[in-house]
Amino acid sequence: MSGEDPTAAFRIEAGELLEQVEQGLLDLGHRLDDMNLVNAVFRGLHTLKGSGAMFGFDALAAFTHHCESAFDRVRKGDVRATPDLVSVILSAADHMRALVDGDAPAAHGQAILDRLATAVDAAAGISAPVAAPAPRKQGWILSFRLPPDAMANGTSPLALLDELRELGEATIVATFDKLPALDDLNPGHCFVGWDCTLIGDISREAIEDVFLFVMDDMDITIAPLAVEEAGEADVAAAPEQAPVVVDAPVAANDITPRAASANRAQGEHVRVPAERLDELMDRVGELVIAQSRLSQLAGHGHDLSLRSVSEEIERLAGEMRDTMMILRMVPVSTLFGRFRRLIHDLANETGKAIELVTEGETTEVDKTVIERLFDPLVHIIRNSCDHGLEKAEDRIAAGKSANGVIRLSAHQAGGEVLITITDDWRGIDVERVRAKAEANGLIQPGQVVSEDELLGLIFHPGFSTAAQVTNLSGRGVGMDVVKRTIESLRGSIDVKSVSGQGSTITLRIPLTLAIIEGLLVRVGEGRYVIPLAAVEECLELSLEEDLRSRGRSIITLRERLVPFLRLRDLFETGTKPDTYQKIVVVGTGAERVGLVVDQIVGNHQTVIKAMSPLHRNVAAFAGATILGDGSVALILDIAQLIAMSQPREERRLAAG
Amino acid sequence: MPYHKVPNWTPENGLEVLTFGLGGETFALEAGIVREILDMMPVTMVPGADPLAASVINFRGRIVPLADLRGSFGMEAHANTADSRIIVIELDVNGDPFLIGLTADRVNEVTVLHAGDAEEAPVIGMRWPRDHVRCLVRREGDLVVLPDLTALFARLTSDAETTIH
Repeated sequence: MSGEDPTAAFRIEAGELLEQVEQGLLDLGHRLDDMNLVNAVFRGLHTLKGSGAMFGFDALAAFTHHCESAFDRVRKGDVRATPDLVSVILSAADHMRALVDGDAPAAHGQAILDRLATAVDAAAGISAPVAAPAPRKQGWILSFRLPPDAMANGTSPLALLDELRELGEATIVATFDKLPALDDLNPGHCFVGWDCTLIGDISREAIEDVFLFVMDDMDITIAPLAVEEAGEADVAAAPEQAPVVVDAPVAANDITPRAASANRAQGEHVRVPAERLDELMDRVGELVIAQSRLSQLAGHGHDLSLRSVSEEIERLAGEMRDTMMILRMVPVSTLFGRFRRLIHDLANETGKAIELVTEGETTEVDKTVIERLFDPLVHIIRNSCDHGLEKAEDRIAAGKSANGVIRLSAHQAGGEVLITITDDWRGIDVERVRAKAEANGLIQPGQVVSEDELLGLIFHPGFSTAAQVTNLSGRGVGMDVVKRTIESLRGSIDVKSVSGQGSTITLRIPLTLAIIEGLLVRVGEGRYVIPLAAVEECLELSLEEDLRSRGRSIITLRERLVPFLRLRDLFETGTKPDTYQKIVVVGTGAERVGLVVDQIVGNHQTVIKAMSPLHRNVAAFAGATILGDGSVALILDIAQLIAMSQPREERRLAAG
Repeated sequence: MPYHKVPNWTPENGLEVLTFGLGGETFALEAGIVREILDMMPVTMVPGADPLAASVINFRGRIVPLADLRGSFGMEAHANTADSRIIVIELDVNGDPFLIGLTADRVNEVTVLHAGDAEEAPVIGMRWPRDHVRCLVRREGDLVVLPDLTALFARLTSDAETTIH
């Protein structure tokens, strides 16, 4: 967010407001009677309208005004919140987003407004029990004082007083006790307080509504006019005691101040554009590299004071890197939140009832990972809703609840975060997968293939078991892209499925993409980094064993055959093998491969740098890193190397 | 980005370029795309990469590919000398700006070329493919070659699948 362009600032603010409105609406969809939510949505829309108009987004302001008015009626109790209304406002929120971005077709907006009008009319027919005003009070005594900067923020005290007068017979007296001496008086501030006696059949909520937008920051006491029950004189001090207020609104009273303080706590946060964080990350990475050069120098010399400074800097650089990593972490809730809307839309599209349950939203992951996880997760969820979810009657027949439940959960395990997508649906039909794989020639008819391997085939390019192509999925693109994306995040994907009972897809993703623990190895004269997470063990390959195994490139490792690749050959180093070559066994999932290297140099924590686009086509490397001496070491892409070691791939490459 | 397929000659000033020698020829690059000139430094080979950009260097903490134009212009590989330099340029290929290092046997000077002296690459009489050259410019009895860098590098950034064998 740059301070120079207020429009950009508004766009960010609007994005956040719409996000809140959307979340509020989705919650409201489940709890139609919750007045807190209604108020929250109304506030969001109102603020959006106000700031939109202020920044010259007139179309947005005009459009939002209609939605706000509709919600105002809900808030006032004229109209009851209905699923239809919620759904119309949701699509309206999409339209508002387009208006903010400036690419909204006008006709679309009108269509939404027409639907809105219909929904409101339909809803108006239903009585609104919640909003039944609490009567019986003779009146209220209020005393309030606006925050000093209220007028600067666009609040008009006179308008508030007028609104109070509209509620009933009001006697308003201004108080000037806080008025400062003339020298200290800031004419733009509001120092006047008001005492007001309201006579009439008025609910507490109605009064609070007048102050809806300033309530958080102002001082106000609302006490009932002590006429009948003496015990109520101090209601202001304990509003929940007020016997006149019925159920839900009590909660509203109770929660408003708390929500307000939560808002204030969020205000302490600093918003920083992501690029600046990335730049900082780059600098920290360079610092870490420079520092390791310094400590090498210091280690070689005999200068004790240099060494102690170098150690100090090493510690600081390490701490700085850790802090930097934390800065980049965002909770998974930012990711999961976006799926509530997806599920809502999917439920509408498919006509099936789907319930989303999320767990572990506070788990934190690097923001780049979060961004790149969204598309794969959308694919997985859409696919599973389309292929897996039974019709409600089939579910009930199978003894399940009518609603299909999909569960998104995240938790951290070591340096990885596990994201699981679990459903209790039909599961993946292994027989259909097999039939399809046979039809596509991926496996031989009758070939013995384990269930896990069969399930793994759904990630094969061009594979789809959907009998027909639907809007949701079945085009055969998707799952292979999902797998590729996850692998590009250095993660892995795993599917489990029990026919008729549901399936579980687990994604294992490293917490951060910026730094990995690596094993530094030497092949010929080049040095390479193997991600330590993939390394299973290191063995020695003696020269005679090397010669004996020429031509078959397979070793027996605890009674399992493991293929291996001679990196010296693969990289065409043209050097002689070392006498004591090593095999580094690496694996992802069930597949493993041995990589023959000349020397294992040691562990190395590295800052990952992307390869240049000119090397995009070189598949064997996932990135590069800079070593302590300033030279570059390439990071091996394990998934690609494993793919290369597969016989099928070898044939393909040989043929190509 | 001041780099265009057809050089952006200005009427008064011509084209400001950096000239450098490579394999006995003189090449020129728009001065505006040159970021820095470096002494030779240790390079890291990228196995399986195209010979045009077979290695990478550490340019202030960034991994920058090092390109050698000799192959594209039919010249023999040549060991580095004391005059060898790396010219770091910023190039926009397919809308993606990125840094590339170019090896040079020697860096000459920043000078101005004039449109009047420029000629299209002739159809015959050249050892190298015609589409590697934007134009030739006569200068002080010599010919200066303006290589078509975007065309040369666009081939590498295309999505064609090449794996190492």
